[in-house]
Amino acid sequence: MIPISYYLILSTIIFTLSIAGIFLNRKNILVLLMSLELMFLSVNFNLIILGNYLGDLTGQVFVFFVLTVVAAESAIGLALLIVLFRNKKSIDVDDLSELKG
Amino acid sequence: MNIELITFFIFSTLLIFTCFKVISSTNPVLSAINLVFSFFLSAVLWLLLGAEFLSIILILVYVGAVMVLFLFVVMMLDINIAKKTAAYIKYLPLGIVIFIAFNVLIIYFFINTFENINYNAIKNIEIISDSNTENLGYLLFTKYIIEFEIAGLILLLGIISAIVLTYKRNPKNKYQNPTNQISASKKDRLKIITGLKE
Repeated sequence: MIPISYYLILSTIIFTLSIAGIFLNRKNILVLLMSLELMFLSVNFNLIILGNYLGDLTGQVFVFFVLTVVAAESAIGLALLIVLFRNKKSIDVDDLSELKG
Repeated sequence: MNIELITFFIFSTLLIFTCFKVISSTNPVLSAINLVFSFFLSAVLWLLLGAEFLSIILILVYVGAVMVLFLFVVMMLDINIAKKTAAYIKYLPLGIVIFIAFNVLIIYFFINTFENINYNAIKNIEIISDSNTENLGYLLFTKYIIEFEIAGLILLLGIISAIVLTYKRNPKNKYQNPTNQISASKKDRLKIITGLKE
């Protein structure tokens, strides 16, 4: 039997890797969206592990709903990305700073 | 060392490696393919946890639909990949600091909290059958039926917003305008000419 802390440490490492990816990839919104997907993956890991730990199937039901929401989110995000590329001819994050506050 | 632990270590090491490749590779296509690999590896780990239905769903929905969507968008956009490295090096110290700080904080907490707990001690699943899929379906269609319907509405919202955002009207094409068609009256179309004698 695998100790529960191993799984939690694994999901923590994935989550922090995706946070670091959001900070590093400032030139490409596409990789930023992929980092968001990794973040959702680690959250799903946590839900399944702690659901098993509590002996309750509700964690897996919630993973199901999270998967639904993430599918809709990535579709909308990619549509926004396409609109952005059509208007600006680039997907650079720094090109988005139009408002000079 | 039993076979379960060996499987866990092999697949989790590969998973961390592919996640690192996702955020570090300069080519977005390589990032997307590494993300596909990481989804496969985590599906194996979910199988190890006993979530069979969700691991199949992860492969079918994520790898089959969402990641193909990502790959299509990568191919549609004409991205200049050469100019990425400068910003990458600029933000690298910040990324490393955040990675280490978060890891130290959270892993310290986990090790102190969950070290001595045996997680098979508690068992109160309302078991319908041995199959994970059947139990999950029972919960989804009885206790969580309203949430299930709301999830369908969210998917509908995703479809509508993606179409509305990306739909572009071509001015050369000819379209019907239903509003004009409905609001047209007899006066606009029919002209009665009177007074034409002889």
